[in-house]
Amino acid sequence: MSKTLFEKIWDAHVVAPETADTPATLYIDLHLVHEVTSPQAFDELRARGIKLRRPERTLATLDHSTPTLPPDATGERPYGTPAAKAQVAQLEKNTSAFGVTLHGWNSANRGIVHVIGPELGATQPGMTIVCGDSHTSTHGAFGALAFGIGTTEVGHVLATQCLLQRKPKTLAIVVDGKLPDGVAAKDLILHIIGVIGINGGTGHVIEYRGAAIEALTMEERMTVCNMSIEAGARAGLIAPDATTFAWLKGRPRAPQGADWDAAVAHWKQLHTDPGAHYDREVHIDAADVVPTVTWGTHPGTAIAMNAPVPAPRNAVDQRAQTYMHSVPGKPMQGTPVNVVFVGSCTNARLSDLRVAARILRGRHIATGIRMLVVPGSEQVRHDAEAEGLHQVFLAAGAEWRLPGCSMCIAMNGDSAKPGELVVSTSNRNFEGRQGKGVRTVLASPATAAASAVAGVIADPREYLKEAAA
Amino acid sequence: MNPVTRITSRTAVLVDENIDTDRIIPARFLTTTTREGLGQRCFNDWRYLADGSDNPEFPLNRPEAKGCAILVAGRNFGCGSSREHAPWALLDYGIKAVLCSEIADIFRNNALKNGLVAIVLTADENRWLLAHPGIELTVDVAGQFIALPDGTRMHFTLEPFARHCLLEGVDQLGYLLQRSDAITRYEHQEHAA
Ligand code: SF4
Repeated sequence: MSKTLFEKIWDAHVVAPETADTPATLYIDLHLVHEVTSPQAFDELRARGIKLRRPERTLATLDHSTPTLPPDATGERPYGTPAAKAQVAQLEKNTSAFGVTLHGWNSANRGIVHVIGPELGATQPGMTIVCGDSHTSTHGAFGALAFGIGTTEVGHVLATQCLLQRKPKTLAIVVDGKLPDGVAAKDLILHIIGVIGINGGTGHVIEYRGAAIEALTMEERMTVCNMSIEAGARAGLIAPDATTFAWLKGRPRAPQGADWDAAVAHWKQLHTDPGAHYDREVHIDAADVVPTVTWGTHPGTAIAMNAPVPAPRNAVDQRAQTYMHSVPGKPMQGTPVNVVFVGSCTNARLSDLRVAARILRGRHIATGIRMLVVPGSEQVRHDAEAEGLHQVFLAAGAEWRLPGCSMCIAMNGDSAKPGELVVSTSNRNFEGRQGKGVRTVLASPATAAASAVAGVIADPREYLKEAAA
Repeated sequence: MNPVTRITSRTAVLVDENIDTDRIIPARFLTTTTREGLGQRCFNDWRYLADGSDNPEFPLNRPEAKGCAILVAGRNFGCGSSREHAPWALLDYGIKAVLCSEIADIFRNNALKNGLVAIVLTADENRWLLAHPGIELTVDVAGQFIALPDGTRMHFTLEPFARHCLLEGVDQLGYLLQRSDAITRYEHQEHAA
């Protein structure tokens, strides 16, 4: 029988099938853990006196509560609050007590959980991957079924390596054609969410397909899958192909030697069979996508930056426009900016920093603008510094920080001030996400860098053209 | 989890749509390592003014909303992050059931696992309830209906296992641990393959 990619992965992980009365018991291959959503789960295990079922399938890091400024002369790190420091200490304690590998402060691989999984080659096609974090969907870029879970379920996976799950529905998003020059994967996913809506994927696993998806690099695919949850989807998937295999080859946790060949042979089967059925299908033309930003307080308010902000349809839109100071009939392009943030699991990989640096090289950010560049991992930081990208950012007047979630979630002390407008490469523009009263506009790294130079929301294509010339 | 069979309360209403988990509990309060005490931070940035006093504009601060255990919200409640702190905060704040025409997947799952009854209604039913704040409802988990003051009923469906767990107070981790043999068999077969 023809199966979708999702069904192939699902079926291969069913320990006990679902019935009318009970969900399926689904086996989890890889469990990623960070400091914010795990302490109560470890406590539960401790209270019951149970161990981890498969500690070697569990990988932990520090990213959300961690400061991005270096330690002082005494080695003390500038935590935002004592609670943040205690939370990090708690994960250090839990991982050592339960025998889990932690990429902590002294690891050259510490970083945002969704950046380091792929980087280490821990994320592989065909796997089931979970984490107490909704952007686990990122790992779907490798053809893995990857989704976010709550803390109770984190405890379930720690203890049993399994979850109780109902089978979700499937949604194919077929992106035909070719993305225009200067238009990024971030623009594409914002455009898609603008089309299907913030709840357009609820109850579904999305499979992104089509020529424009196949043409994306691995890092671009991660950007797309990362934001699947912003359309409400459980997960996002892209079938693995030669691009995927080339990216994974030789990574520390990837299979080596003869195992590698066997793995690739297996991974090549992981695609949707001709004639397989999706519950829904949406078609997008890549040629329609232009630099895209948001005007409101959720990612579904994505529009072309030069298109007029729509008239409010109801009190909810009204509230969002009041909060954002976005004006119906006027485009977002040209809106004055206070802060620019390049970072997060959506856009803090090496290619993202390269494109931002390409625009900033030989330029300076506008007067009065604050710009933070926060690499997604120690590895990204290392690679960027080896290329001298940090020099470009510093010379342009931006801050170059240590890896972490930083201003994406603003729980480590990195935040903007009430009323400030932030052009951000992260994934959520909810009210208060980057600090109380802060107005967030989501954008690609190129748009963020161009806006920092212009001091207003700006089209990066002009800057990219000049940089190339 | 303690069994949850029936909830009777007046409703509190938030007509806003897409109330995300950052609004339910802002991220800066997630540095806690326990589940307790989050009710004080529930809807923090909406509920309090800059000086820390209650915001009179926040609907749940109105006197008639005090003590309400049933929350009716505009569509797509709970979108955003997987933080279980959101249902923990709502429960600690005194909310026992959330009624909405669409509820985000992860939030709904987290809520039900903690005994917060997250119920999806039709758009029409939701609209009606949003327009009638403060009426007394009874949510009957066993019968899967909501009883209105005039005796009429709105029917809903919960995922059967989630409903069973609510009614019996099932320990889901205990349930999974009992499947240990099947899990071991799966792991062996996976290695053999
Ligand atoms: S970067 Fe932002 S979205 Fe990604 S894991 Fe961190 S907080 Fe979550």
